[in-house]
Amino acid sequence: MARIGVFICHCGENISATVDVEKVARLAGKLSGVAYSVDYKYMCSDPGQTLIVDAIKEHKLTGIVVGACSPRMHEGTFRKAAEKAGINPYFCEMANIREHCSWVHPKSDETTRKALDIVRTMVEKVKNDTALFPIKVPVTKTALVIGGGIAGIQAALDIANAGHQVIMVEKTPSIGGHMSQLSETFPTLDCSQCILTPRMVEVAQHPNITLHTFAEVENVSGFIGNFDVNIRLKAKSVDFSKCTGCGSCWQKCPAKKIPDEFNAGMSFRTAIYTPFPQAVPNKPVIDRANCTWFTKGGKCGICAKICPTGAIDYTVQDEIINVKVGAIVTATGFDIKHSDFFPEYGYGKHPDIIDGLQFERLASASGPTGGEIRRPSDGKVPETVVFLACAGSRDKAKGIEYCSKICCMYTAKHAMLYKHKNHHGKAHVFYMDIRSAGKSYDEFVRRAIEEDDVNYIRGRVSRIYEKNGKLMVVGVDTLLNAKPVTIEADMVVLATAVIANEDAESVAQKLHISYDKHKFFAEAHPKLKPVETNTAGITLAGACQSAKDIPETVAQASAAAAKTIILFSGSEMTREPVVATVNRSAAPVFTTCTGCFLCQEVCPYQAIEREEIRDRAGNLLMNAAKVNAGLCQGCGTCVAMCRNKSIDLQGFSNQQMLSEVMGLLNAPFE
Amino acid sequence: MRVGYYPGCSLQGSGREYSESLLAVAEKCGIVLEEINDWNCCGASAAHSLNHDLSVALPARTLALAEKQGLEQILVPCAACFSRLATAQQELVSSEPMRSKISDYLEMPVKGSARILTVFEFLQEHIFPVADQYIVNKLNHKTACYYGCLLSRPKDLTRLEYPEDPMEMEAVMEKAGATPIDWAFKTECCGAGLSVSRTDIVAKLSAKIVEDAVSRGAESIVVACPMCQMNLDLRRKEINKQMDQGSDIPVMFVTQALGLSMGLSADKLGLNRHFVSTGKVVSCVGRKEV
Repeated sequence: MARIGVFICHCGENISATVDVEKVARLAGKLSGVAYSVDYKYMCSDPGQTLIVDAIKEHKLTGIVVGACSPRMHEGTFRKAAEKAGINPYFCEMANIREHCSWVHPKSDETTRKALDIVRTMVEKVKNDTALFPIKVPVTKTALVIGGGIAGIQAALDIANAGHQVIMVEKTPSIGGHMSQLSETFPTLDCSQCILTPRMVEVAQHPNITLHTFAEVENVSGFIGNFDVNIRLKAKSVDFSKCTGCGSCWQKCPAKKIPDEFNAGMSFRTAIYTPFPQAVPNKPVIDRANCTWFTKGGKCGICAKICPTGAIDYTVQDEIINVKVGAIVTATGFDIKHSDFFPEYGYGKHPDIIDGLQFERLASASGPTGGEIRRPSDGKVPETVVFLACAGSRDKAKGIEYCSKICCMYTAKHAMLYKHKNHHGKAHVFYMDIRSAGKSYDEFVRRAIEEDDVNYIRGRVSRIYEKNGKLMVVGVDTLLNAKPVTIEADMVVLATAVIANEDAESVAQKLHISYDKHKFFAEAHPKLKPVETNTAGITLAGACQSAKDIPETVAQASAAAAKTIILFSGSEMTREPVVATVNRSAAPVFTTCTGCFLCQEVCPYQAIEREEIRDRAGNLLMNAAKVNAGLCQGCGTCVAMCRNKSIDLQGFSNQQMLSEVMGLLNAPFE
Repeated sequence: MRVGYYPGCSLQGSGREYSESLLAVAEKCGIVLEEINDWNCCGASAAHSLNHDLSVALPARTLALAEKQGLEQILVPCAACFSRLATAQQELVSSEPMRSKISDYLEMPVKGSARILTVFEFLQEHIFPVADQYIVNKLNHKTACYYGCLLSRPKDLTRLEYPEDPMEMEAVMEKAGATPIDWAFKTECCGAGLSVSRTDIVAKLSAKIVEDAVSRGAESIVVACPMCQMNLDLRRKEINKQMDQGSDIPVMFVTQALGLSMGLSADKLGLNRHFVSTGKVVSCVGRKEV
């Protein structure tokens, strides 16, 4: 016979202001199976918890219902109290009479009645509770970091410095990411490469980090603590153990007209190349799609002839390696919309209408102009430059409603860099709003406006077209003198929207993590779990989740590393036992599962396995579904799908759900 | 497929040649346009600034008549008429209360179910499939396709893939053997209804359009809106005063151009009704490639 205790919390006035808590406690005490019922001002406080512990012991309670806030808030607190009192913590249930009742209804008898209804459902549930025990999962203490930009670099170094092994996979031939392309960084104007390259080198030299550049994750299986990952090492065509990085090969490579990705297409590279002089590793790969040897069937071969160490190997194939890791940090970065996205700005057909990354390369000492701001069309120094701080972002008509976050700041920086290099030049910025929240950020923008004489115009640009060799930028000034403005510019820089990588969707699908409608990866909770994903053991770092600047990216990467290090802190990890189970019973029944495996098809986490049930002689009797508790996230989809109710979700069984509903339907007439 | 036809006032007045050329092209291609019986004013620019219900009821009456006539498609060539009919239709379809209110006003049922075609959709769906066999001439010249506002915006109504840079008219002109140019003012404002009250503003705005087309080597401007045509053509004297050098670039309807390529006579296409002579374009017929 159940002996249930009901504890109704006032939550200060959060609940008691609209719900008659004393009445709820009194009436709950009369429910069948309830042996004790009480209300208290702050149940989660120390005295409140002591009250629960004492009541369990004194009244020999077998289960408790706490009528208070959401289980997300304090379920853990009260379960610990129950455990302290000597009962299995899973005999403690929360009746959410705050978020689901007192906060959303006015003070009334009906509100009180609803609170009682909620308590009653949970009393019925507790009666069907069973003792559950945390699941222990072994942990492989190696982390996989996908992406070698600043996010991946930071996460990898933090995890490696904590003493754990890290495998880093980078798609391109060098780590460094977008940050290596930037000229100077806001709000301090320190050189991006100067602060980044030491960290790149640290990654390459770290004894705990295994670096795979020119490699991609092929597929991921397994679960938290025990991921099984296949990595495709793309054929570099260069034997790195022989290559000294001398550079003879790319100096002599005849395929010289390939748009250089690192310089945002504003210069050319060769087919055998390192992306930039400070690349890590500083050894070349052959871009087979553009290499004469591969496109013209064995003609050329100059690099192999010239290589002093015989490192060139045209025959090498892609290789798939398998690694076992315990956690994955996803740091795959972002892309930007290119200027060809804007019909009203001429699709970027004019060479002097460039995007933000192209401007970074123009302003960078390692860029195609050696850091002089010269326009791409004729190499002249532009006398008037117009910057558009919002190009595509916050524009529902363009399908991008969100703010790209970094543009206000980098536009101010661009205008400033231009002015610093061309004192007599004119810089105009069209903006919607200036979003410069961040340490020393607004001061930076004010400096551009006040000290560097950048002309900020609040309004948008409707059209850019060429007339008599000038770029006519037609916009509107919406402030005091509200009127249309046309600026004759020599160069226009569009701060185009930050978007997810082209392959973001396929990466998410490989990792079984969710993503939003803009293909940015989704965090598990927007506030309280900003670096975790819905798949346990996989965290997010940087702009693959949403547009971010460098400080924010680094902070998140360190957070992802911290989560990983926490996971690696023990040799096994404990998980909540709220997972599905397929029933098993004694021979000759074994299980009611018929082995249809519909559950396997619907499981979003690949947690359903196939178990062969055999007799002692080893003869196969039947196939039955089995849930891998390490993978299962307790979503319950399989339970809904199972045709003969052979799967149940622990802690939320069919019987428990039914008794909750019946508790509601069998409400005594009041 | 029967296609209903709603000419609206302009196509019987200032834009007669639009209607004439459209009907001539349709006839040539063997397509009969059924005019909606007893159609009325679309409300134009006046109704929706004064009374919302009236701005829906006026086009709704035309839609109701079309439904009574059993028409599933209605061609509305005039840009303003199209905008009004399509806006009213959207309201009727999306709101049951509005639909019943308007039905009460009209004293006849209205569903708003007929598909309203822009002139581009009509040409693409009904003329293009058969056009090649009728096209006998190439209009060898460079042309600037000018859309103005209501043929390109709002996107929900006009259904253009790129409202900032539409290419639908270019497709027609390429069929007619002309070479459409890439230019900057194809969706800019011509001044529209200010034609009457503030001719000076129309002259200023239209001058920019004409100037850009001419500076990029266009020999004609092609339009599909009677208002645009009127402003660029009728107001040319005032426009020319706003330009460093005046221009005699002709402004014709897209259907006139298509008609020319089909060998229809300039008279039949109403090319003699313009204020700026269209002789240059007519003489392009059969000229060597540009």
